[in-house]
Amino acid sequence: MAAWTRRRRIPVSRIVVLTLFLIFVLAPLYWVFVTSIKPSDDYLAVPPVWFPDHPTMVHFTAALFDYRGLQGLVNSLIISISATALSCLVGTLMAYSLARFNTGGQHLSFWVLSQRFLPPIAIILPLFLNYRLIGLQDTHIGMILAYTVFTLPVGVWMMYAYFRQMPRSLEEAALVDGCTRWGAMWSVGIPLAAPGIVAAAVFIFIACWTEFFFALVLTSRNAFTLPTVFRSFLSFQGAQYGEASALAIVSLVPSIILGVLVQKHLVRGLTLGAIRG
Amino acid sequence: MAEVKIKRLHKRYGNFEAVRGIDLDIPDGEFTVLVGPSGCGKSTLLRTIAGLEQISGGEIQIGGDVVNDMRPRDRDVAMVFQDYALYPHMTVGKNIGFGLKARKMPPAEIASRVSGAAQMLGITSLMDRYPRQISGGQRQRVAIGRAIVRNPRLFLFDEPLSNLDAQLRDEMRGEIKRLHQEISTTMIYVTHDQIEAMTLADRIVLMRDGVIEQEGAPLDLFERPATMFVAGFLGSPKMTFLPGRLARGGDGAAIVLGEGSTTVPLPADRALDGIGDGAPVVLGVRPEHVMRAREDAAMPGHVRMQATIDLLQPTGSRSYATFRIAGTPIVAELEAHDVSRPGEAIEVDLNLNRAALFDAATERAI
Repeated sequence: MAAWTRRRRIPVSRIVVLTLFLIFVLAPLYWVFVTSIKPSDDYLAVPPVWFPDHPTMVHFTAALFDYRGLQGLVNSLIISISATALSCLVGTLMAYSLARFNTGGQHLSFWVLSQRFLPPIAIILPLFLNYRLIGLQDTHIGMILAYTVFTLPVGVWMMYAYFRQMPRSLEEAALVDGCTRWGAMWSVGIPLAAPGIVAAAVFIFIACWTEFFFALVLTSRNAFTLPTVFRSFLSFQGAQYGEASALAIVSLVPSIILGVLVQKHLVRGLTLGAIRG
Repeated sequence: MAEVKIKRLHKRYGNFEAVRGIDLDIPDGEFTVLVGPSGCGKSTLLRTIAGLEQISGGEIQIGGDVVNDMRPRDRDVAMVFQDYALYPHMTVGKNIGFGLKARKMPPAEIASRVSGAAQMLGITSLMDRYPRQISGGQRQRVAIGRAIVRNPRLFLFDEPLSNLDAQLRDEMRGEIKRLHQEISTTMIYVTHDQIEAMTLADRIVLMRDGVIEQEGAPLDLFERPATMFVAGFLGSPKMTFLPGRLARGGDGAAIVLGEGSTTVPLPADRALDGIGDGAPVVLGVRPEHVMRAREDAAMPGHVRMQATIDLLQPTGSRSYATFRIAGTPIVAELEAHDVSRPGEAIEVDLNLNRAALFDAATERAI
């Protein structure tokens, strides 16, 4: 009760600023949502239709089934989740090695990051030709490998930074206590790096989920991902605003679920209290 | 239970040599303190014993086994780290039992040994808390508990008290000493704090620039320092060094201080092997060897002097008074009421029976 009455009053100015910001962020989302349930005639009506009189789910069914959006969603999930898992696994080991054993001296860690300096368009043609040659074109495996390689540099760099700021003495204590190097890493290093790994995983997943360029060039009818489906909503018959909006809403769902699931881990501070007073 | 033998140990990091050829024998059950200024190689030496650093040359034996290429886990040593290194994702109980679990001990035995260690350290009520939920002193106890629960043959302490506040540090220092008296396992303790070194050690190993400057019992080092460095490092306030020249006459030796304005006669029994007349020397005087003159004449081996106090620092029981002898400031530890204010002129006696004498060129004791 005392805590309740003592609660600080929020200044009006802050409420105004936050409200404006919220409108700025949510208004486009609202418009996408409303468009997805509008009948086609209402898309560009003047004055704008703020909420349709007769909401419809027809754009959802069209986007998911007629335009193969569901197939794209499934492909995207398979490819993004696999690539994220693979990238995190390899990336964690790489980052650990760079941070703890100074692998490759001073320059290897920077070399890893520098792989991202190359614009993707510079490698897309050779990649396409090689994929055709070895039969990885338009396959899930091919996309998973491409995305893993594509996201590794940033993932490694994020986890490398995290491992580096973790005190070495924790793992050294585990070594003296009776662990092998692997044991110390698995039972002490990795659990403590979990927030960093989760943060990197979210970052990698979102990068894979929203990637368009590689998917456009490297896939066609089999392993195409959700972003490439949007391409088909622009056609000679005009723009399919409703279908595009419906699919946009669908594509948001996994990101939201992911955000809710990992929110707890994204809050750092697990290592607080390990050292000092 | 184990003795430690170190032979010609070297540790290099690139071009930098942190440990430069150390020989050290530590008998079973002894409490050895490695002490020295930052960067003297004392922590590196400890870490090579733990196996956390590969050695570049030489040999380390623990309990008769050469452990040069042995992994840390196989050396059967326990280490307490400066930052405690408690696993933040485990409770206190899990932290203490971690080493036993890693060695695949049956859970029932782990539980009984953990609770035994917790009882010994008075932390039984903390077993379900996480490290971030307990105080610095409690964390230190947990870190010690994690070490003793394994009953290792050797304990290593890497500046374990340096993160604690002064009062807690005194308390924990006493507890570590008591712990050693109770379990009498060999302990090697690294610190840069000379008071910790003096109070805890059976033997002090004083290091400088990667080599051992002097080793021995604490009072040996304190009373008979081999070099000016040792003399200056041990003791607080520090020993005062008065530069001068040796004057050997018919009726005994004396030291002419500074520009020659002050001459202090040395006690007749003072050995001066091979030091010639006029040789540059340094006289080392500890604060406690200066006292306010009380008798009419100075006692044998004492020199009476006039002192005008320019700085006075009372500590309650004693007072540190600074004055000048031949231009050099010297700190004297006087009785609390010997001096009442700065600027006061008093007579003091320097006890030269216990003063140290160094060769100014080599900085070694004469």
